[in-house]
Formats: sequence, structure tokens, C-alpha cells
Amino acid sequence: MHDLAPLTALGAATPRHDMIGGVTIAENPNVALASVAARRGKSEPCATALADWLGAPVPEVAQHSGDAKTGFWLGPDMWMLEAPFATHEDMARDLGTRFEGLASVTEQTDAWARFDLSGDGPDDMLARLTNLDLATLPNRFARRTVMEHIGCYLLRRGATYSVYGPRSFAASLHHALCLSAGAL
Amino acid sequence: MRLPSGGQIDRSQSLRFTFDGQQYRGHPGDTLASALLANGVRLMGRSFKYHRPRGPIAAGSEEPNALVTLGRGGRQEPNTRATVAELFDGLEARSQNAWPGLRFDAMAINDRLSPFLTAGFYYKTFMWPAAFWEKLYEPMIRRAAGLGAISTDPDPDSYDKGFLHCDLLVIGAGPSGLMAALTAARAGARVILADEDYTPGGRLNASAEQIGGQAATDWAAQVLAELGTLPNVRILPRTTVVGAFDHGIYGAVERVSDHLPQPLPGKPRQTLWRIYSKRAVLCAGALERPIAFADNDRPGIMLAGALAAYAHRWAVSPASRVAIFTNNDSGHATARDLIALGVDVRAVIDTRADAPKLDGTEVIAGGQITGTRGRLGLSAAQITRANGRSHWLEVGALGVSGGWNPNVALSCHQRGRPVWRDDIASFVPGGMLPVGMLVAGAAAGQFGTHAALAGGAAQAAAALGDLGIPASTPDLPQADDALYRITPFWHVGGTKRAWLDFQNDVTVKDVKLAHQEGFRSVEHLKRYTTLGMATDQGKTSNLGGLAVMAELAGQSIEATGTTMFRPPYTPVAMGALAGRATGPDFKPTRKTPSHVWATEQGATFVEVGQWLRAQYFPHAGETHWRQTVDREVNATRSGVGICDVTTLGKIDVQGADAAAFLNRIYCNGFAKLAVGKTRYGLMLREDGIAMDDGTAARLAEDHFVVTTTTANAVPVFRHMEFARQCLWPDMDVQLVSTTEAWAQVAVAGPKSRELLQRIVDPAYDLSNDAFPFMGCAEITVCGGLRARLFRISFSGELAFELAVPTRYGDALMRRLMDKGADLGVTPYGTEALGVMRIEKGHAAGNELNGTTTARNLGLGRMVSTKKDSIGAVLSRREGLTEEGGLELVGLRAVNPQKQIPAGAHILEPGAAATAANDLGYATSACYSPTIGSYIALAFVQAGGTRMGTRLRAASPLTGVDVPVEIVSPHFVDPEGERLRA
Repeated sequence: MHDLAPLTALGAATPRHDMIGGVTIAENPNVALASVAARRGKSEPCATALADWLGAPVPEVAQHSGDAKTGFWLGPDMWMLEAPFATHEDMARDLGTRFEGLASVTEQTDAWARFDLSGDGPDDMLARLTNLDLATLPNRFARRTVMEHIGCYLLRRGATYSVYGPRSFAASLHHALCLSAGAL
Repeated sequence: MRLPSGGQIDRSQSLRFTFDGQQYRGHPGDTLASALLANGVRLMGRSFKYHRPRGPIAAGSEEPNALVTLGRGGRQEPNTRATVAELFDGLEARSQNAWPGLRFDAMAINDRLSPFLTAGFYYKTFMWPAAFWEKLYEPMIRRAAGLGAISTDPDPDSYDKGFLHCDLLVIGAGPSGLMAALTAARAGARVILADEDYTPGGRLNASAEQIGGQAATDWAAQVLAELGTLPNVRILPRTTVVGAFDHGIYGAVERVSDHLPQPLPGKPRQTLWRIYSKRAVLCAGALERPIAFADNDRPGIMLAGALAAYAHRWAVSPASRVAIFTNNDSGHATARDLIALGVDVRAVIDTRADAPKLDGTEVIAGGQITGTRGRLGLSAAQITRANGRSHWLEVGALGVSGGWNPNVALSCHQRGRPVWRDDIASFVPGGMLPVGMLVAGAAAGQFGTHAALAGGAAQAAAALGDLGIPASTPDLPQADDALYRITPFWHVGGTKRAWLDFQNDVTVKDVKLAHQEGFRSVEHLKRYTTLGMATDQGKTSNLGGLAVMAELAGQSIEATGTTMFRPPYTPVAMGALAGRATGPDFKPTRKTPSHVWATEQGATFVEVGQWLRAQYFPHAGETHWRQTVDREVNATRSGVGICDVTTLGKIDVQGADAAAFLNRIYCNGFAKLAVGKTRYGLMLREDGIAMDDGTAARLAEDHFVVTTTTANAVPVFRHMEFARQCLWPDMDVQLVSTTEAWAQVAVAGPKSRELLQRIVDPAYDLSNDAFPFMGCAEITVCGGLRARLFRISFSGELAFELAVPTRYGDALMRRLMDKGADLGVTPYGTEALGVMRIEKGHAAGNELNGTTTARNLGLGRMVSTKKDSIGAVLSRREGLTEEGGLELVGLRAVNPQKQIPAGAHILEPGAAATAANDLGYATSACYSPTIGSYIALAFVQAGGTRMGTRLRAASPLTGVDVPVEIVSPHFVDPEGERLRA
């Protein structure tokens, strides 16, 4: 076991947690990520393997699926998989084996900073950040969107939203989230 | 004066405010204008050019006169219309464009000079000397003629932006807007109802009408209450829709906090909404227009509808005795309303010979107002009757109605032109409306209340029908549809000045002069006379100007046409346009994995694109950045240095065809690169010019990691993605950017291996034999952390780049510093990085500048002729391959302490610094502590043949001229022995 101490995307030892008005903005580093992109001609077996790993149907376009482990759609034949970091830190290696010859797997865990939004009014808050029409989107949507000039993914999980922004932008993204929550 | 009862004001509460330092009191519900009028203050400003005393003529956002400055310091806002400034306790307003004061303004001398200050005065007068314009004339004119001033202090308030979506956007909450919103809301559509007023209701707030058997204001309140309970409706009061943009998108400014002394903590002052609507109904009502007559600009002379609005909504009359001057029936309705409210209406002067009679006052049919008196406000008006006899009538206020203009502005933002309707003598929206827009109510020329209600309901139902949402028109409440008859009358004849545009001091005479001088197009008229410019954009003045022009040209107003309507409808604060993007948050910033650590080290940061990178790490006692950078370079070249190089782009390339793909992307060969090896690669653009360079490491048969320069991380990824998807879709290749996923640290210097051996897990052999130059491997460090190691060197030293998952980057830097303390490990920043790469002759952004070829860079032989790759063919174009072209060389200052400016041009000794003598240019320059001299990289014609010759690096711009010697660009270790050690 190595002995290097991780920092969160916001540069602290512990994740940031803000309650602003009725909205909670929680930095969430406890997720391992890997992208899976089907090899040419392997769409179907790759999708089967993916459904098997998820224990759920393959996510529809611009949606996510799964429960303990989840995946969301990134593009044609390409998905991002999410699993608990504590148990899946080396997920990309394991998936590489599982999808051998079917897909290209890339570790994405630290490519993204994740903020989970909950409480009263994340919809109103997000109206200040994204041009997505949240009211018309399906419950489990997962969309690419721009917030504060930053290319992000936005996912809805019941009453909670997850925002993924490129990790290096974490501070700017967090600042925008907090300002928008405060403006409500 | 305040009327004894009535009005939508809360008389139980009193608000204190000041105007020009004088204390006054008003009530909640008041505007600044209504409160001042209630206090007997009619004089609120001075005019733009002649500094004439002015008071409000309107009661809404079309106000041209009563412009005041609100607030102080960073919150100072000039040119605010007193007619829409909501009163709050402690409001502080000041008049503007007057000196020393509003009542006595020395600049009113301009009014005496008015015969000279006609249209085109500046153009005719300040023609020479030309140099005087910018330095003397313009500042002088601006001081004399102007609006308010900003304080230049930073604005302490925040502004926000956002996005809203709806099926139907209803613009304006008067009778038609309320009915449209109600119709759509009850049908279940998603509705946004935006109104610029703080009390929606529009004209109903200023009227004695009954709707459905109750007061119109009560009906409006009842509809708003119902809409407020519906989850599918969003009511936006204090929100002005300022522009109609493409595809049903509207811009709207919500004044969230302008009615408060200052915003609540965290709350924005204003929010700029982008509203995505499937359909929109424009219910913006109509604006009354004045009639021009001699001295028609005295405080107390207002639009008749404004007199009615002040009386009804705010229980205010500007004077105890008033008169009405009109050419249409609405003037009579106003007179009736005022009489009912107890105002002494002395006469209705109607230009129409067949004017109807009116109970309670004299109607002077066929009469005109031919003059006015009163120094700082109206005291009397001269009436000239149809028989030519004149007399003076003592009144303190005069309501003028020249008819009503449907508020077409938003309907014309997509280049639509309104169409003329003779029956109402006005333009109405027509022709090319913005996509998805419908118009209802007075904005569509439906002037009666019943017609407005019916129009709103019908248009909403039509809009919903388009969207497939079934909507039934609700039962319309009972409402009046008074006949609106008008006989156009634009200006009273005479030789005295009669104002058309109050804000810009444009008179009938000015329009005549413009016509006389040959200005025929209305757009030219506008620019020459300034009619319709500035903050009100001619809302009350445009049509009058057009009418005068039409009359002079002997053509119809329709044929004369209107000027172009453009957003914004009302002025928008710059802050609202900027939103959250101000100061340090102007744009998002990217931070490196070692940012926290570098900050602790006292690093100076530099912006590289959006990244903040450590530029250098000053030590105590270092007084100049050069000292720091020289130390960092020397420490690295003699021991070991570490540098965060995470910002370089990383692209994960996988797939069965990954090698073949890269073989086409890079101009040099990649097909045969062995697993565990890294290769320097150069990629060309389609046109054969160098695009970017970097390395590609082969981690497995079907897996590469490509690196790019920091600046080109995104363009290269885009380029590769384009090639993958569009050029060669048959290839089995998958691309993902992993720039952010890995923290990458350069460990450079003769002791770099020794340092790395202390953290790389023992299973991995870093010896030169086991892990030679250009090796790469997936390894573990610090007891099992997955990592990637590349033996590549930008500095020219024995060097490695080590990558770990980003969250561990900070800890890795600390561990390297800790483990390397006895080796003298030194962190270095982008400056030292730059010095070392110049010393080594490595190209970077300055050399890969979009104009240079592989051949220019001395890399011509890298462009493989054994295969095809992007740009290879065009790189062999004649013009790019001629002998004597630019070649990358080194420059060494003949006097080692003489700085070579980057960008300097290379010249023969004694040659004049002209383009004809230009031999090339220096791209990157620095002081080399290793060489002990200023050096540079440069592109020089036939540079390779000039080794050892002396030329000059000259910058005629800065007057620098430095003798230089042409040398190899590889100042350090030209044989590459160090990096292979």
C-alpha cells in the first residue's frame, strides 16, 4: 500500500461541503471513473459486457443507468463508468481485462471533479448555469453542457444532481456553483 | 401635489429620500418622479444641448427628460429615469448635466447660442485643425453637452445570468398580456410573463376603467394571483425584455435589487436572463407621442396619459390647474379621468374642428397651443383658437396627446419593418416578425381594453395551437372598447423652437435644416440631427421627426419609413452583460495538481492559456527574477530539478489501428515503434505547415499516450478526432483526453535517476540499460501507487517524466522534495523550463508559430517519404522547399551582457532596417546562465550556411540593435550525451 496522501480537486485533504440557502454543494472525490469505448465492430458484445458489469441495461443516449455501479452515455458506443473509489480505485485495470478485445478502457478517475447538488432549489440554481431545460429531461439524464465556460457533464439522480467538471477547473466551477446558489 | 385620496401607494408609511441634497418624503409604491411631483418638484433635469430646464413627460421607461444619477461611489448610476426608479427609504438622487446647480445652470448660455447650435453644428464648426478634435474639441463638447457620469469606482454589486425555458413568453402584463398568460396557463402550457414594471398591470394601473364589474387594477391583481398559484407559470416583474434574438430566444434584464438600498447578501443586483421560448406574444402596449409646439419642453408639460397615470396610480398632479392639448379621443378620456379625480382641468384644446364636447370643462375645437411661459416650469400656455384669436391660460401642467404608437420595437429586432395604419395614424408590427412571435393588444393597434383582452386570449390560443397544446379561450370579462378617433397633427407652425426629441434637443427646425441640406434617408436624418439617439432611442420622438420629414418631402410617413430598431429596448447596465464574469472570475482558471504546494513555496504564477503555472520559485534574498531563474537552471543542470508539466496535453490513443493511425497523424514513422518506447513526433497541418510536436509513448501494442504542447492540447485532440471520425472512419481507434487525469512531473538533471530510484518501487530497474533514453513504462511508486514513467528530456539533461493519478500529484511533489533534499533538489518554473529548452534548441510555441515548416525547424528529414501522412505532400511544395529559406539557428550576443529582444529582425551589419534587408527574426530569447550570455533562437535565411558569421538583431520599434553571432541552436550538449547518460 502506497503512502501518498491524496488531495481533493479543490486542493484540500477533505472534500468541501457547502450549504448555501437550501442547497447543498458537496465535493465528491469518492468515485472511480473509467471510460469504455467499443472497438470497431464490437458494439454488441461490448454493450452486453457493459450491461453485465452494470447489472442494468446499457444507458440510453444522454442518460445513465445502474445502481451501485453506474454508467452514463458519452457518445456513440462510448460510456463513462462510475463505481465507489474505495473499492474500485484500480477499476480501469480490471475493466481492461473484462473488456479485452471489446473496448478501449481509459482511467478517468482524476480527470474530473464531481460536485453533488441537493436540497431545495438545485433546479433554480442550475438555471443560472446551464441552458439545459431540466424540466423536460428524463429523470436519469446525463448531458454534456457548458457551465461558466467550462465543458461539464450534468447528471440527475432522483433529487440530486452531479456536476462533473474537468478537475483543473474545480475551483472556478465551485465558485460559480456557490455564487449561483447564493443568488437564489 | 398629492391628491387627497387614491393611488397604489401605502400612505401609512413614509420613505425619506433626497434629490440634489434636499430631503423629501414619499410612500411605498412611489417612483422617484411621482414622489418629486408630489412634493411640488417639476424640475428634474437639464437638457442635453441647450441645458433647458426639464421635468418628466412620461411615467414609464420611455422618459427622455427626467434622467438622474442614483447612488454614490461604486453604486453610482447615471441616466436613470426617475419615472421608473422605485422609491426606497434613503434613496439618493442627483440631477446631472447642470452647473453649478439645477435651478441656476451656467451652461444654459447654450440656449442663448441656439441659433448657432443647430443640426450639424459640430461637423461644420470643428473641422480644423484636425489634431484639435480629439484633444480639445471633443473633450470640451462632451463636458458641455452630456448626460451623467460614472464614478469609475469598482461596482460592489454582483450580477447574474441564467437561462429560462417556456412554451409561451408573454412580454408585458397589461390587459392583453394578462389575458394571454391566463389563456396559456390554464391550458397547462409553460408560461413566462415578464413585465418591466414592479406592479404588473400596464395601462390598467393608470385607468379608471372597470373590467368584469370591478376596478381594472383589482381585476389585474386577481389574474396575477391566479397565475401565481400555477406551477407552470413564472411571473417576472421588474423584468424588461430587451431584445428578440434568433429562434425564439429573448434577452431579459430582471432588476432583482434595484428597489433596495443595496442587494441582500449574496443576491445579484440584476440578472440577465436568456429566455428560450417556443412562442412569444408581444403585449408591450403603446406609447403616447407628443405634439411639437413653441416651447413645449417646460417642466409641467407632459404626455396626457402620463398625467392620468400620475393621478391614478400615485395620486399625484404636477399642478392644481391643468389643460389638455390633443388631436384624438384619448386626450378627452384623460381629461374626464382627471376631472373625476378632482383635478381642475381648465380646458381641452383639440386640434380637430369637430372635437366632441366634454362635461366639466371647455373644449376648444380647432385650437392649438402656440406658446408657453414659466422660467423653471410651466405657468401659462398660449391658446390660439380656430378663429386666430390668442389668449393665455394660467396652468401649471399641460397634458399633450398626439396619438399612440404601438410599441413595435421588439417586433423589429430581426430586421422586420412595421407597417402603417391610417385609421390610427401609426405603425403596427408587420412583415417579418421574429420567428415564433405574435403580437396582441395595443402593441398590435388594438387600443380598446376589450379588444386587448380578446387579442391576448386569441394570440395565446393561436400560439398554443401551433404547439399542439389545446387551449380554449376563457370567457372574456366585460370591458369597455372606447372608440379611438384621431386626426393626425404633428406640430404647430411658427418660427419659435418646437421640440421633437427632448432628450437630444432636436427641434422641428433642425429636421427642416437637415432636409434643406439634403438629408433624405431617415437613417441619415437620425445621425445628422441626433434625433432618436441615446438612452430613450426616440421612443417618444421618432414618429414626430418622421412626420416632419415626410411633410417636407411631400410624401407619406409610410414612404418615409422608420429607422432600424435594435436591442436593447431600454439601457442595460454593463454589469448585467458581464454577469459573474468580473475581476479574477472574468474567465475560469485551471490549476495544476501542485498548485497548493507551489503556493506554499511562494511561487510566482503565470497564466498559460487558462492554466496558472508556477513561473519561478523565489528564495529569500533574491531581488530579481533573473537571479531565481539562473539558480533554478544551474541547480537542475548540476543536480536535479523538478517541474510540474501536467499542463501538456495527454491523449490516450487505443485500438487495433492505433499505430497506423498515429503513422498518418505524425509526419515521421510510428508504425514500428516498439512497446515500451517513446518517440518524438511532429504533426503537420493539411497545408504542410508544422502544427504541433510532442511525444507518443507505446504502452502496449494497441495503446499509445500522445503528448502535446500546453497551448495545443485541445486543437490537437480536435484534429485527431476529426481524422478519426471523418477521414478514416474505418480505423479501429479510440481517443480520450487524459490531460487532467494524470499529474506529470519532470525530474531533470544528472541526479534525477538517483532521486527517482528513491521513490520508484524496487521491482523497476531505472538503469541506463534497463530503461534507456526514450523508454516508457507503467510502474508503481511509493509502495504501490500506479504510475507512468517516461524517459524524455526537454531540458537536454538526463531526465524523466513521472505521472501519477492527479489527486496524488501534490504528495508526489512533496515526496520528491523530501527525498531529494540531500541531492539539492530544486523546483523550477516555466521560466527556467524555457531557458533550458532554448539552450537545448528545442522548438516551442514561438517556433511552431503557424508559419513554419519542418524544414524551417531543421526537422525536414523527419517528414517521411516512405509513407503518407497529413500535410506531407503539401510540405513538399516548391515555395516551402526552396534553398535559402528560413532555418532555425542560435544567436549569441557578441557582448554577452547585451540582451537580444525576442521578435528582433536579423540584418547584415550596416544594412538599413528595412523589410528588403530582412534576413529573418528571433523567436525566443533569454539569458543563458549555462553559456553566460544572452542567447536566442531565430529563423534566418540559409541560416545553416551562416554559422559563425556576425549579423545584427534589430528592433526598430524599440531602437534596440544588438550584434549577434550565428551559432548552432544546440547551445548545450549538442551531441546529446547528457540525456543518454
